[in-house]
Amino acid sequence: MSLRVLYFARLRERFGIADETLDFNGVTAADLIAQLQARDGVWAEELAAGRAFRVAVNQDIVALDAAIPDQAEVAIFPPVTGG
Amino acid sequence: MNAGSIKPGSTKPGAMKVVVQSEAFDLGAEVAAISHTRTDIGAIASFVGLARDHNDGSGVQAMTLEHYPGMTEKALAALVDEACARWTLLDVTVIHRVGRLLPGDPIVLVAVASSHRGEAFAACEFIMDALKTRAPFWKKEETPAGERWVDARASDNTAAARWDAP
Repeated sequence: MSLRVLYFARLRERFGIADETLDFNGVTAADLIAQLQARDGVWAEELAAGRAFRVAVNQDIVALDAAIPDQAEVAIFPPVTGG
Repeated sequence: MNAGSIKPGSTKPGAMKVVVQSEAFDLGAEVAAISHTRTDIGAIASFVGLARDHNDGSGVQAMTLEHYPGMTEKALAALVDEACARWTLLDVTVIHRVGRLLPGDPIVLVAVASSHRGEAFAACEFIMDALKTRAPFWKKEETPAGERWVDARASDNTAAARWDAP
């Protein structure tokens, strides 16, 4: 299935990309993270186990075991620091 | 809505304003906007967060606030809805700025109106604590050593967790 994936703040800068459309053949947010980690380099580094990042699906923050629906807007970003 | 259109004794909630903007805001004007059409409000608690000139042992010359357009407004509205479910509130205003800010500039405003102070104070603090951990904003600071992204603080998670049901 096809997903739109957005990156913000430090992760956007590290990945050198703000958004992309990608083919996703997994089920959960964890599957998507694994797919991105497989790109190696900065992707594997920033999305490694133990690194702090958040995943939002259709603009709601979700746990990594949440399923991702087709055509979803997924965002991956560092812990928030507003206020 | 015209002044006087709400009858005395009414507890109809106000507009519940949630705004993300680059422009500055005026606390006095926002508080006046909450109360100028009604006389049932007994308390307005407000919080204004400012850009500091120092953080983590370093001077800060400026900061830039980035956000996730669409999700930000949705997340802030959800926090306000939660506060309204938890306390009896008459109106809430949340304004958060984005873009480049200088030390001393206002960043965020939360104003909460209720019949009595207890609910206004509590809801105002709840909204700020929840905003700090759930609204998608990120700060990047300009320091003498260069630019750096601000790391999330464990103390913010602790503050937000105080409001979780036991």
